[in-house]
Amino acid sequence: MRDGQVVKGVRFRDHRVVGDILELAARYRDEGADELVFYDITASPEGRSVDRAWIERVASVLDIPFCVAGGIRSEADAEAVLNAGAEKISINTPALADPPLIERLARRFGSQCVVVGIDSQTLPDGRFAVYQFTGDPDRSRDSGRDTLAWVDEVQARGAGEIVLNCMASDGVRRGYDLPQLKAVRARCSVPLVASGGAGAPEHFLKLFEQKAADAALAASVFHSGQIAIPDLKRYLREHHVEVRL
Amino acid sequence: MADVAVIDSGGANLASLLHALRRLGAHAEVTSDFARMQSASHVLLPGVGAAFDAMARLRSAGLAERIPTLRQPLLGICLGMQLLFETSAEAADSQQATRCLGVLPGHVSRLSADADHPVPHMGWNRLTLLQTDPLFAGLGADDYLYFVHSYVAPASDAVLAVADYGRPIPAVVRGGNFRGVQFHPERSAKAGARLLANFLAL
Repeated sequence: MRDGQVVKGVRFRDHRVVGDILELAARYRDEGADELVFYDITASPEGRSVDRAWIERVASVLDIPFCVAGGIRSEADAEAVLNAGAEKISINTPALADPPLIERLARRFGSQCVVVGIDSQTLPDGRFAVYQFTGDPDRSRDSGRDTLAWVDEVQARGAGEIVLNCMASDGVRRGYDLPQLKAVRARCSVPLVASGGAGAPEHFLKLFEQKAADAALAASVFHSGQIAIPDLKRYLREHHVEVRL
Repeated sequence: MADVAVIDSGGANLASLLHALRRLGAHAEVTSDFARMQSASHVLLPGVGAAFDAMARLRSAGLAERIPTLRQPLLGICLGMQLLFETSAEAADSQQATRCLGVLPGHVSRLSADADHPVPHMGWNRLTLLQTDPLFAGLGADDYLYFVHSYVAPASDAVLAVADYGRPIPAVVRGGNFRGVQFHPERSAKAGARLLANFLAL
């Protein structure tokens, strides 16, 4: 989301407009998406909160859960987003800057609606590093945190779900980063959502067959129409992955 | 037209429920006024957040003793379903239990995670019906409902349907005019809308 328009980036750079929010939300609802995530990609870097008017409009047309990410830095920010009808809030950069925010949100609204997004890259030595300010290519940088340690910490602080975005895979459609996801899932007692890299139905199947995550998130392949959600879900069911059709 | 009183148990996020009720053509109003609940055709007890916070709010509004006296169809949703039981392990102090509304027998306990079943339980599940109820009219074996919860109701004769999450999860419960659903019908696409419509037709 940027200025009320849906945009999609390739490897977190060069965001381009793909369409109006409500139209896209209704399309994915009708195609059988199980949950939608709206990222306000400009919110964090520019230090402003998400514009909430669109959340109410989205809530009025959606009958599936949706999550809002971007610019949520306080209980008041979170409350406004939840009151507008979002099921969950996702925090990323603000959690890195103020880790106790996770506890305050979980205590106030319940862990079930507090998602922590983690942008992670594999370092040359094989360790995983948390990146921050990833909405802005000029400010995006290594936060200095180890991804696995951060995964432990956010759960201890009350996160109810983790979305792991594997940055090297994002937007390039070569498949989910299964080794990294498996390493993270081994540390998770909360649901783990895989993000970044989906390019073909087989990528989703591998993710679930190898139990690398509890859910799959994708954007490029759905926005472009390269993969239709109903086809993907039928394919997964044919391959014995339980999905809602 | 159904005239629905939605009990204000605090917490956020009543918008999605109100939208769902309006899509079904019902008139819905959020209230903490007991007289308003008594005059409604249907009562909903939603709940997002923690059992102890919700019960503290219901007590301070003088509703904890009065909700159990309501005679019209009442539906508790998610935490609202858990509040129908006697006590919940979701307490401010882990040594204590939260005393709840007590219209259904038993204790709400915490779900334990295992490798294939993280907690919170989040996602879409089918129901296995154990007893018949008008709520289930038109729902099929391949209908999925959206769950998000960390606590679980006790097994008892009050359980009308369960969902499988490595163990049977009480998903629909009933005691007289009081019903509860662990999932979120307002976020469960067409199947959820069908169930809500069935409730409003009671």
